[in-house]
Amino acid sequence: MSGDPADLTIAEAAAALRSGALSAADLLAAVRRRAGATEAQLHAYLTLDVEGAERAAEAADAALSRGEDPGPLAGIPLAIKDNMCTRGIETTSGSRLLAGYRPPYDATVVGRLRAAGAVIVGKTNLDEFAMGSSTENSAYGPTRNPWDPDRVPGGSSGGSAAAVAVGSALGALGSDTGGSIRQPAALCGIVGLKPTYGLVSRYGLVAFASSLDQIGPFARTVEDAATLFEAICGHDPSDATSYRGVPPVVRPTLEAGPEGLRVGVIAELAGEGNEPAVLAAFGRTLEALEVAGAEVREVSLPSIPYALDAYYLIAPAECSANLARFDGVRYGRRLPGDTVEQMMAATRRDGFGPEVTRRILLGTYALSAGYYEAFYGRAQQVRTLVIEDFARAYGRVDVLVCPTSPTTAFAIGERTEDPLAMYLADVCTIPSNLVGGPGISLPVGRDGAGLPIGFQVLAPPLGEAVLLRAARAVEVLAGFAARPALATSEAR
Amino acid sequence: MPVPIDIAKVARLARLALTPDEMEAYGAQLGAILEHAASLQALDIQGVPPTAHPLPMLNALRPDEVEETLEREEVLAQAPDRDGPYFRVPPFMEDE
Amino acid sequence: MGYEAVIGVETHVELATRSKMFCGCPNGFGAEPNSSICPVCLGLPGALPVPNARAIEATVSLGLALGAEVAPHSVFHRKNYFYADLPKNYQISQFDLPLCRGGHLDVEAEGGTRRVGLTRIHLEEDTGKSTHLGASGRIRAAEAVLLDFNRSGVPLMEVVSEPDLRSPEEARAFAAELRAVILALGISEARLEEGQMRFDANVSVRPEGGSGLGTKVEIKNMNSLRSLQRALAFEAERQTGLLSAGGEVEQETRHWDEAAGCTRAGRSKEESSDYRYFPEPDLVPVALEAALLDRLREALPELPAQRRARYAALGLDAGAARLVAEGDGYGPLLDAAVAAGADPRQGANWLTGEVTAHLRRLGITLADAPLTGAHLGELHGLVAAGRLSATAAKEVLAGVLEGEGTPAEVAARRDLIQISDETVLEAAVAEVLAAHPAEVERLRAGEQRLIGFLVGKVMQVTGGKADPRRVSEAVRRAAG
Repeated sequence: MSGDPADLTIAEAAAALRSGALSAADLLAAVRRRAGATEAQLHAYLTLDVEGAERAAEAADAALSRGEDPGPLAGIPLAIKDNMCTRGIETTSGSRLLAGYRPPYDATVVGRLRAAGAVIVGKTNLDEFAMGSSTENSAYGPTRNPWDPDRVPGGSSGGSAAAVAVGSALGALGSDTGGSIRQPAALCGIVGLKPTYGLVSRYGLVAFASSLDQIGPFARTVEDAATLFEAICGHDPSDATSYRGVPPVVRPTLEAGPEGLRVGVIAELAGEGNEPAVLAAFGRTLEALEVAGAEVREVSLPSIPYALDAYYLIAPAECSANLARFDGVRYGRRLPGDTVEQMMAATRRDGFGPEVTRRILLGTYALSAGYYEAFYGRAQQVRTLVIEDFARAYGRVDVLVCPTSPTTAFAIGERTEDPLAMYLADVCTIPSNLVGGPGISLPVGRDGAGLPIGFQVLAPPLGEAVLLRAARAVEVLAGFAARPALATSEAR
Repeated sequence: MPVPIDIAKVARLARLALTPDEMEAYGAQLGAILEHAASLQALDIQGVPPTAHPLPMLNALRPDEVEETLEREEVLAQAPDRDGPYFRVPPFMEDE
Repeated sequence: MGYEAVIGVETHVELATRSKMFCGCPNGFGAEPNSSICPVCLGLPGALPVPNARAIEATVSLGLALGAEVAPHSVFHRKNYFYADLPKNYQISQFDLPLCRGGHLDVEAEGGTRRVGLTRIHLEEDTGKSTHLGASGRIRAAEAVLLDFNRSGVPLMEVVSEPDLRSPEEARAFAAELRAVILALGISEARLEEGQMRFDANVSVRPEGGSGLGTKVEIKNMNSLRSLQRALAFEAERQTGLLSAGGEVEQETRHWDEAAGCTRAGRSKEESSDYRYFPEPDLVPVALEAALLDRLREALPELPAQRRARYAALGLDAGAARLVAEGDGYGPLLDAAVAAGADPRQGANWLTGEVTAHLRRLGITLADAPLTGAHLGELHGLVAAGRLSATAAKEVLAGVLEGEGTPAEVAARRDLIQISDETVLEAAVAEVLAAHPAEVERLRAGEQRLIGFLVGKVMQVTGGKADPRRVSEAVRRAAG
């Protein structure tokens, strides 16, 4: 077949595998070549599972040669963010504390992908314990943006986003607590979907903030994102917060187009806080939607300015408890100590990077005696207000839209000294984590420096069908086809 | 105004052996973040119920059935220190 | 001035579920170290808890049995503290929305009944076990600590009483009565020696008859009814001594040292109690449906107090009523025996006497013994018909407990059946009288003590299998 298989979409690759034009082994080899050509510069991966991937590709080829229909993901090379447990394969969450840790079990999503015949190429880099917006907080060094290696890929799922953008995986899983799928998708020029809270099992996802964390896919097209979503969603009895109903059916309406779609533009997030190029690309997309028959109107969500503050109390509070288990007793790196208390305190001081330490301290403070009501309790009340605001808006529109990130990819090191500035990178994505509804980012243009710009669509909880229909309409209208210069397997 | 914080107490509660310099730096950063968060204090939210979960769900329970356990060796292989079938740690400081 | 103690007891009870509280690991005592573990109870990264429905039902059953209000909406919280045997370094527990609130338990002690109010009943998870390695076995001297997480995540029910108890004896009686209720419900084996039931207590003292409350001290680490009583007695006396000497009681947590027989001050107060409770975000609230509550209410068994009252009404004295009501399996066995025709008092006497003694000799429990209610009914019938003597009945019981068969079978095999055939008996009497004409003459002349002599001879002739009462009657008739 013509062209490099690493540049295929999942749908194209699945068709080629089925027609016999391509074998899973060749597809894996092409993706490996791409990784070989890009990793030195990009550092998207922390671990490659060479043998496991080969076995999975062989199994997919064997099934195909027997004439079986092994499903849409069989033989497809995918990457997994390194905060999802993979049995026997190092899972560090980007933390020094978990260097060398090999979990004795697979996360539910990993099991589902394996069962679907997917080929898991490796584990991708992230901000330590998924805390960050740039992937600079990884203990193993930053991942770089495939469009400009001096810039960040976004975060915290920067490794997964960068791998999919350059073709060292055809799709990937990330986790999104405050935008960690959508923001790096925007900064890397690909599609990133955060499903409704509870639709994808969190079992085996190293927890950051339990009431906000959600696993979702990265892909190069909305259709591929839908395929991955279908493979990983559904009830899991091992996750008590897992949705027990039938997951939304997305495929029949995927191509329904924008006509009649009621689109609400979030006034508080689509204005002056954004870079001009971001606003321009966002405006062009809205015009195109309107011309194509969507009803576009502005919607105000007055609680939005408080959402960021509520998030930066709720998420650290939950993380301060979730990360308490990293104590050097049962697994991970241990520093010596004369007493177990000293050992734990030394291990944790050494094992956690500054951002994680900061959030643990913040969350511990927000929950401590005398401050709970003023901080954590109040933040949970604000969460209620945000949910009510969104519910009112969804009474009038089908989807809400705004830019995914107020800026395009920023320079490495630019914001590391200023935590508040870094937190502001998530201002557009955080509200939907508080609400629990799905959100998706897809590329709609580039700025003057050639950096991609993301467009975000949000829908009410369980509204994946209308979300993906709107996203697919935007994808068609935007016609974004650019690929980063780094997306080549040529030796450099 | 930045919020004053007893950072040494917070670090003790969080079991983090921070140096005095680190405490000072983190204390200042937390103060700034909490100052930003002070916007919440101005909101009139009396009577608004707190939300702990994005989706209203109840009674996610499991039947009382035994499931498979882990292989002890696979688990202990990850332990920083072990003694036969046990995890091993330094002695406890407090007599509780 | 006299002082009285004001005591509240917190009881932790490991529930007898098949699996642990938040995972499917087996909940059992005595497994190999670290063999009943999984990602959840070991606190591995990424693991998530799912509550055990049976543990919740068991807790609610106790609440219903004790007249507590079952919460329409109950929530699990995280209780945050670092401890090496607590894998997540937080315990999933309950805070302001426990499964049950209120209720009470009536306790008989010191000749009266005291109604002890309950504050709450909630559910949480147990910790792992630590073994301190070191020469003296004392924690401070330990060189290292070994951790076993088999117990980690075992469902642990906590019953908190109001400070309604007024003496160490009452506190002990409360704990014993609570244990009896728990055993009747079958929700825990409540074996104290295995740590399945453990006690903490709050105690203060105040001038006798006073209504105010003194400074309270929390005592931890009491693992038996006896140590609960001893620790409280020690502590009440310590506080009384302090106050009598014009001193003050310091509010603190103290630990009971069983070996030394005293309480000791624990860790200093600092911020050790800042548990930073917040709703467990990995779990959703529990709101039990009315139909389930109805089903649990209907399934409640007879409680020990009700059972004791019923046996008292059947004529058992208070001691026997308590023994039978609370002995493991005794109540149901007595009920079955009565249904099979046994006399309640006779049956209770057998159970609390010969049966208990012989089980102890055999080293088995009633549950393991082949004795049934029907056996006791049959035995009663044999005795009432004069075919077994009271002494022989005890021997028959021993045989039944040893698995020799039904009472009739045992009696036959051991040759214990009394002669009940009148013609046989009369023939024996006639034989004896004929052999001792002189004694018969003297009896007839009024020498009554010779009846004993002649009865003895008849018993000799019959090999001891005649009923002495009937022999005596027959001798009188024949000689009369």
